[in-house]
Amino acid sequence: MKSFPKILFFLAAAMMLTLFIFPMWSITLIAPQYPKGVTMYIWINKITGSEEGTLQNINILNHYVGMKHIEPDDFKEFVYFPIVIIAMSVLGMLLAFTGRWKWWMGWLIIGLIGCAFGLYDFYLWEYDYGHNLSPTAPIKVPGMSYQPPLIGNKTLLNFLAKSWPYIGGWFIGGTVILGTIATWLQRRNTVVQ
Amino acid sequence: MKNQSNQLQHFLLGLLAVSMLVLASCGKTNQGANTGALSGNAASKTYVAPGQLDEFYAFMSGGFSGQVSVYGLPSGRLFKVIPVFAVDGEKGYGFNEETKPLLNTSHGFIPWDDAHHPNLSQTNGETDGRWLFINGNNTPRIARIDLSTFETVETIEIPNSAGNHSSPYLTQNTEYLMAGTRFSVPIPQKDVPISSYTQNFRGALSFISVEKESGEMDVAFQVLMPGIDYDLASCGKNQSHGWAFFTSYNSEQKNSLLEVNASQNDKDFVAAINWKKAEEYLKQGKAKEYPTDYMHNVYNESTQTATSTSKKTVKVLDPADCPGLVYLLPTPKSPHGIDVNPTGEYIACSGKLSADITVHSFANMLKAIENKDFDGEFQGIPVLKFESVLGGVVKEPGLGPLHTEYDNQGNAYTSFFISSEIVKWKVGTWEVLDRVPTYYSIGHLMVPGGNSMKPDGKYVVALNKITKDRYLPTGPELTQSAQLYSIDGAKMELLLDFPTIGEPHYAQGISADKIIPKSKQFFKLSENKHPYMIPSEKDAKVVREGNNLHVYMTTIRSHFAPDNIEGVKVGDKVYFHVTNLEQDYDVPHGFAVMGANNGELLIMPGQTETLVWYPKKEGVFPMYCTDFCSALHQEMQGYIRVSPAGSATALKWWLGEEKPVQ
Repeated sequence: MKSFPKILFFLAAAMMLTLFIFPMWSITLIAPQYPKGVTMYIWINKITGSEEGTLQNINILNHYVGMKHIEPDDFKEFVYFPIVIIAMSVLGMLLAFTGRWKWWMGWLIIGLIGCAFGLYDFYLWEYDYGHNLSPTAPIKVPGMSYQPPLIGNKTLLNFLAKSWPYIGGWFIGGTVILGTIATWLQRRNTVVQ
Repeated sequence: MKNQSNQLQHFLLGLLAVSMLVLASCGKTNQGANTGALSGNAASKTYVAPGQLDEFYAFMSGGFSGQVSVYGLPSGRLFKVIPVFAVDGEKGYGFNEETKPLLNTSHGFIPWDDAHHPNLSQTNGETDGRWLFINGNNTPRIARIDLSTFETVETIEIPNSAGNHSSPYLTQNTEYLMAGTRFSVPIPQKDVPISSYTQNFRGALSFISVEKESGEMDVAFQVLMPGIDYDLASCGKNQSHGWAFFTSYNSEQKNSLLEVNASQNDKDFVAAINWKKAEEYLKQGKAKEYPTDYMHNVYNESTQTATSTSKKTVKVLDPADCPGLVYLLPTPKSPHGIDVNPTGEYIACSGKLSADITVHSFANMLKAIENKDFDGEFQGIPVLKFESVLGGVVKEPGLGPLHTEYDNQGNAYTSFFISSEIVKWKVGTWEVLDRVPTYYSIGHLMVPGGNSMKPDGKYVVALNKITKDRYLPTGPELTQSAQLYSIDGAKMELLLDFPTIGEPHYAQGISADKIIPKSKQFFKLSENKHPYMIPSEKDAKVVREGNNLHVYMTTIRSHFAPDNIEGVKVGDKVYFHVTNLEQDYDVPHGFAVMGANNGELLIMPGQTETLVWYPKKEGVFPMYCTDFCSALHQEMQGYIRVSPAGSATALKWWLGEEKPVQ
């Protein structure tokens, strides 16, 4: 079972690629007229909705309060984030073969810093959409901004906005947990030897 | 004084007695005639709590409104009126350019008809929730409604027919729809004295084929029958699949004062037609091509536009050339309703002037044909012996039997117009099991699936002609009504009474589960192939072609693009082609322009519709959205400037100085 931590670390690194199969974050808006909610999915490389017209529908709702039109093309992140993810994933899978727990730990720390940066970037976008409102907006509520929560639930006028990690996001959590366990096991093996 | 106080005492005692009597009788009427034996827990059986959904859809004919109404059962709530044979300003049906062709006939555009008998498509004898067919009685037609959109998508005129009443009853796999003529007429039509009825008049029974995948209808063939009046129809099931049965009246062949003259013969006929045999004769080339003239109109989902095709011939089979194609079954007293039971063995015929219900047996009929058990001929068609085909008689169940529906327990329910009641009887033993009054004068009745091989024996709906004192008065014209009875117990029980649109003739019921998953929420813009569709606001434009102006317009919450147009001249013909760019459930937009001589547009998300407008006066005229679409619906408006004919006003259009977001 000496190779077990390596397999585990390899899996942890490979797991990052699920970001290309599942969205990492979801923002759901719920109102009486939208009993099932309108959900926007944020992927590593795109934004989609629960239905084909969702993004258009969210933009229609947003324009009443003067929020900017959400255009997936505006996000440079959708170009360079996927590159970073693939690079990190490949690097992690290669490092798994070395079996050097210190390198693994280094990889994990870089990854966590990356996650923190990603979340900060997400926050900045949310802030921008929520605060940078058109002066000609049909509906102006003094003092009101429409920034959805980074994580959690928040009431924005008639909508309840829910922002939570989605399947891809949970897998990234899995990467961190499995990577940490692998590193800890590998360190124990190394120290014992 | 004493006398007086005695009198007062007596008077008070009398008053007390009278008031007790009144109270007692009030108690009685509460359970009696006026409330229709409504028992205590009836309300809970029809109560569908706010936000909850009904168990069944009921599709009811709108009669002389020409439409179909959609109700929920058991609540009796009205969901939608589907325009079919009559124009509908509300939905722009028959007013917008896309749906106008659906009302084309060989007589030109007809904005009205009399819709009678909705029939749901069936597969293996069970309703499948794909289409609803309904007949137009006056100018003979059949329409097909798509149950994914609840919109009329096809109409076909029936050639050589006059009064398409025995229609569109269908076969167990929707192979054919029946279309028997109520009036016999000269075929082909010609100018002859009416009194030459017996020499010149014939009755055409048409078989309309339905394409399996698309549902498209076609007049497959007609059987040229003797000149009498054909009334209603029912198709065989199981072993009787392949046969169709038509009731008739006026075997006296009279053309005036029919209420007397057509009620003289003791028996009229049920015509049994072997349509499988007809198919063989068609293959053998026994059909003659008759010249005729009829319209076939189909709505194309992709272009969202209907087109009309004029057809000039029809295949006709003459029973004289086709032995074994038709037999006549003598049936007492002007039989009206005819209803084959779910097993396919029994054919209930309601002689509307008879006191009994006559039930023919299919097995007996086959035996009688085999044994050549004939009772002579009528106009060259063999008449089977009454006693040989009879399966049973329900003895004196009521007065004026009209129609029969079945449940899944081997029971039948027959409506009685004159005695105003529903009578439940047992198929096979012919005994009367139960009866309930209807309020008043029931015509058709409906059990969901009650004319199919798989009835759902939970409710029967009575469709009443007369309501008199049942609702608040509304002047001389009163509503017709439906009444819901539960039939899953030993006794029928009245649960609910609700008004209907137009006159409900027949109706159909179907489990909501068969419809809900297929119900479309909106049309995908990417699949919209309307020739005047534009995919975004950027493409909005106005194009002049001589006196015709084509406005390519879009709608999205909460504006039109363009919403200001100049350069329109008096004498122009303006086409507003409006595309609703929304891609969300339940966000239609309306479009209305001042002075339009037609109606409005009501455009579903992803749809394009066209309204024609003739500007007649110079000035500036408003247009606006008619369907409350959003918080800024009231702001969804615009102007059209109309200049004098021949003026130099430039053609211009715009939306805002700054483009709104989106």
